[in-house]
Amino acid sequence: MRLPERRPPTNLIACDECDLLQRPIALPAGGWALCRRCDGPLYRYAPGSLDRALAFSLGAVVLFLIGVTFPIMELELQGNVTSSSLYTAVQQLWNDGLYVFAVLIAATTMLLPALELTVMLSVLLALRMWRTSTWIPKLLRLLTLARPWSMVEIFFMGVLVALVKLAHMADIVIGVALWSLGGMMVLLVATSASFNLRHLWEQVSPQ
Amino acid sequence: MRPSPSTAKALGLYACHTCGLVSRPAREGASSCGRCGSSLRFRKTNSIERASAYLVAAYILYIPANVLPIMETQSVLGREENTIVSGVAYLWHSGSWLLALVVFIASIVVPVLKLLAMTLLLITAHYQSGWRPLERTKLYRLVELVGRWSMLDVYVVAILAALVQFHPLATVTPRSGAVYFGAVVVLSMLSAMAFDPRLIWDPTQKVSRTHE
Repeated sequence: MRLPERRPPTNLIACDECDLLQRPIALPAGGWALCRRCDGPLYRYAPGSLDRALAFSLGAVVLFLIGVTFPIMELELQGNVTSSSLYTAVQQLWNDGLYVFAVLIAATTMLLPALELTVMLSVLLALRMWRTSTWIPKLLRLLTLARPWSMVEIFFMGVLVALVKLAHMADIVIGVALWSLGGMMVLLVATSASFNLRHLWEQVSPQ
Repeated sequence: MRPSPSTAKALGLYACHTCGLVSRPAREGASSCGRCGSSLRFRKTNSIERASAYLVAAYILYIPANVLPIMETQSVLGREENTIVSGVAYLWHSGSWLLALVVFIASIVVPVLKLLAMTLLLITAHYQSGWRPLERTKLYRLVELVGRWSMLDVYVVAILAALVQFHPLATVTPRSGAVYFGAVVVLSMLSAMAFDPRLIWDPTQKVSRTHE
């Protein structure tokens, strides 16, 4: 290993968006440091944020499992009743031969959110219990890749839009999964508000 | 704040694009980040070329996404094909103005503005323009933030198709427009990811480039 050459020359940080080198300053709790040139977020000081993130993401996992498997809503039209969960919706699209469509929905609302939650939980648990681990950097890179494609919150808004569209034509019973997805959306926002990826990277010391 | 601030690249330092660690390049061979193992580079590789390729593909698919129906409604009253625009019009006429506004913004305004914004960013970056870098950076930030929300309509179609299965009273079937629309969203997200916002600031950097 060529260790000495890889060390940061000083404790400088570079802005992610404009590459400007800056010296970190001390922040009050909950404060953000912004780039002085482009106003981009540089880093944040949030004491205890990892514990909060862990609590929120544990809650999100439970709600996610309910949200995927239980019915989102039940529809009644002249005595006929249909109900659908996220899982059965994807299954039906697949059976109808709409493979691309089914894969797109399954990936962005089930597979990638599941990956995001699993990775987030394992990283937070590993940091809490062992402080360092060699596979944490790999998991964090995976998280960086998966995050933009995990779209549960958008799916939830889509359900609300569908709800309003259907309210005119049929009787609707809202299922437990709708509440779960809504709750998961709140928890995911809370999780990402209490830590950011940069903050997690700071917990990993250069090897 | 003066004398003129320096970027990592101008000093020959790598700021890791994955984890942000600032480090010196290794003396021989390709460098990789000492913290996360990503390969180090000053700017995203072929950023403008890759972002443009995704963008052109998104423009092309934007046409079938809007012309072709995204779903088909079959009821006792007959058969009806809905495009994205007609879906918004339906919501508006049925009195759900707030929702019509949300869907209008998410599935018409955002995709169009996103494609135009990426075009502007790519052209100015290609010609190394020093025009309003702060505003362009904010535009890029906005594109990254709201671009995903265009998936909304794709999900609405999927949910309607899953629930409205009352043969022969009423059924909803997804049509190919929805797939094209999803592809436009994915491609424009890929374009924004491939674009390197650092390129916006490079022309404003008047430091001598001794390390290139």
